[in-house]
Amino acid sequence: MELFVFIVAGLMVIGGAIGVLVRTHPVHAALSLILTLFGVAVLFVAQDAQFLAAVEVIVYAGAIVVLFLFVIMLLGIDRAEDLHIEPFKIQRPVAIAVGAGLVSLLGLAVIASRTHPVPVVTPSDAVAAAALDPHDGNIRALARDVFSDHVMAFELTSVLLVIAVVATVLLARKPRKGETYIASGSTQ
Amino acid sequence: MIAAVQPTTTWYLLLAAALFAIGAVGVMVRRNPLVLFMCIELMLNAVNLSFVAFAKQMGDIGGESTVFFVMVVAAAEVVVGLGIVVSILRRKPSANTDDLTELKG
Repeated sequence: MELFVFIVAGLMVIGGAIGVLVRTHPVHAALSLILTLFGVAVLFVAQDAQFLAAVEVIVYAGAIVVLFLFVIMLLGIDRAEDLHIEPFKIQRPVAIAVGAGLVSLLGLAVIASRTHPVPVVTPSDAVAAAALDPHDGNIRALARDVFSDHVMAFELTSVLLVIAVVATVLLARKPRKGETYIASGSTQ
Repeated sequence: MIAAVQPTTTWYLLLAAALFAIGAVGVMVRRNPLVLFMCIELMLNAVNLSFVAFAKQMGDIGGESTVFFVMVVAAAEVVVGLGIVVSILRRKPSANTDDLTELKG
């Protein structure tokens, strides 16, 4: 059963990723990205990371891909890109060769590390020991870890999000009349 | 018996490697800035997948916390990146990555 789930979700992940790679239309690429994200969410559930699976669907497939689609529609660039125009003839074969080399190197590294396995570190404290216990619940364990050990990082991410929102408002707004604002094209 | 075969951490890591490589090839070959961002998301998801696989194998929730923070930073990155893309495409409506050569020396 787990094997079946892994195969189906893996096919979703790889198929969606190849869709992002080869679809010429940006909207189709975004929808292929949703397929990949759902596959990753299924794999998260299979790995007992239920909260992250929910966040994956809500934040990634919900918010981020909708943001992509919103920008595509807003700017009216929902045209198919012509993939036959190739400014550098050598680029695409080189990129495919680099990708094949990357996947084979990473795969060799994974398999080599599996055949000489590192000793599994036993979690030291009770929090880590209870972490993946199905009776305790994934959300509770994750919350305990985030809000105790990583609470400073959590607060800093809120600062990061505020900075990102303010920066985006500044970047994307139209300049008022008579205002020179370099980021939105005062050269027009 | 085929049902007895259980997917191990190695399988998840190999799948994550394939996903990362596809995303990297996408960053190298695609010219639409929005699709470039989607390929970066693919690579981030590959890393998240391997973090979760290791968290399961080690029995340590720290890997899942890291994925949580990676997701937050990815959201911030997409927001700022799309802001930049909007402000570029407003000036040049059909710009692809080959047209953005103002910084070329």
